[in-house]
Amino acid sequence: MAEDKTVTFIITRQDSPDGTPYEETFNIPYRKNMNVISGLMEIQKNPVNANGEQTTPVHWEMNCLEEVCGACSMVINGTARQSCATLIDELEQPIRLAPMSTFPIVRDLIVDREQMFDALKQVKAWIPIDGTHDLGPGPRMPEKKRQWAYELSKCMTCGVCLEACPNVNDKSDFIGPAALSQARLFNAHPTGEMNKSERLEGLMEDGGITGCGNAQNCVQVCPKGIPLTTSIAAMNRATNIQAFKNFFGSDNAH
Amino acid sequence: MAERQEFFNRRLHSLLGVVPIGIFLIQHLVVNHFAVYGEGSFNKAAGFMEDLPFRLVLETVVIYLPILFHAILGVYIAIWIPKNNVGHYSFLRNWLFYIQRFTGIITLIFIAWHVWQTRVQVALGNVDVNYQLMQDILSSTGMFWFYMIGVISTTFHFANGLWGFSVTWGITQSPKSQKILTYVTLVVFLAISYIGVRTLIQFAYGV
Repeated sequence: MAEDKTVTFIITRQDSPDGTPYEETFNIPYRKNMNVISGLMEIQKNPVNANGEQTTPVHWEMNCLEEVCGACSMVINGTARQSCATLIDELEQPIRLAPMSTFPIVRDLIVDREQMFDALKQVKAWIPIDGTHDLGPGPRMPEKKRQWAYELSKCMTCGVCLEACPNVNDKSDFIGPAALSQARLFNAHPTGEMNKSERLEGLMEDGGITGCGNAQNCVQVCPKGIPLTTSIAAMNRATNIQAFKNFFGSDNAH
Repeated sequence: MAERQEFFNRRLHSLLGVVPIGIFLIQHLVVNHFAVYGEGSFNKAAGFMEDLPFRLVLETVVIYLPILFHAILGVYIAIWIPKNNVGHYSFLRNWLFYIQRFTGIITLIFIAWHVWQTRVQVALGNVDVNYQLMQDILSSTGMFWFYMIGVISTTFHFANGLWGFSVTWGITQSPKSQKILTYVTLVVFLAISYIGVRTLIQFAYGV
């Protein structure tokens, strides 16, 4: 009987940032074309676990619901991905949901991704154009370059690449794939290029680019299909050249 | 510059793995392969290497110090840092990442033992490096398999390390070039493994 079909969720929960994690099981009625978030909404409407006990609703983050904001990342059946774009019909049951363990946990499935914004600051992932007077139009960008740079600009700081990376964890200060690719994006921009050494030097700091061990999980799991490993190799090349320029001296070390 | 120490160390670690350690590895396996052409042939080749001028300086600068640096930083990279996840993310490169660290540790154990048997013992005056010594060591089945695992682990670590070297130094940037290099390093692995294993069989079984 289709009406009686249920979906089982086993959710790793945590009541506070320093609480102890525990698992809770929920059975919710199945509907056609459900995604993971609609399952979580069902639990929110009726927070009763599989034992029939009343419990607190499960907390999670979401925003756009179309895989462009990056807020709803979580570990679904062992793999980090966007819960809005993950369909129940494509998953094995029971469905296991857990927060991304690379990040500090705020509550249940909500994590604090602040380290990703700190990483963007470390690589100066912006283009400084503010001044006291109008600087006029900047240099033009070749169309071919714009096309691949646009792919890099799709990054939504969702954190899935950091979660899948074996070298991003609390024992390592590796900056992670996302910020490396953003440094490449802003260095590709004709105006951003004028400050490219500042970004490269951010990558050369401790905890910068060298933590990469080339496991290449990042490029496999990126929900936006960003060529992260190409960016990492490109930034490896650029930081090496910058290091040589710094040491031996160069008029083009800007 | 202090906060750039890690960048410098990791780049040096990557470089030393190929130059000079990788070059030494190939030279070592090739020279040992003289064993296949007979005892006299091996003793002549090993004798030539042993009688090189400034041998201790060459060994220290080209072999001991680079391996020591590569090993110490390598243990930190292999054991302390990674949170291996090949179970959930079982992609080829993730497996190779894991095996690279695993073979690094095996190789370190093997090299430590190998240096003890063929260098420290010689320095202590207990044995001489020649065909006979290797024959004695490898005639034990346990030692033969220990050497087999050690040599194959070393050749894998070197061949796959070449791939990592090319990415770390920004030589292979495009996915296509990285993929082709995966096949190239596989051929390198098979070729130098053959050279090493063939020599071990010669010492152990005389064929």
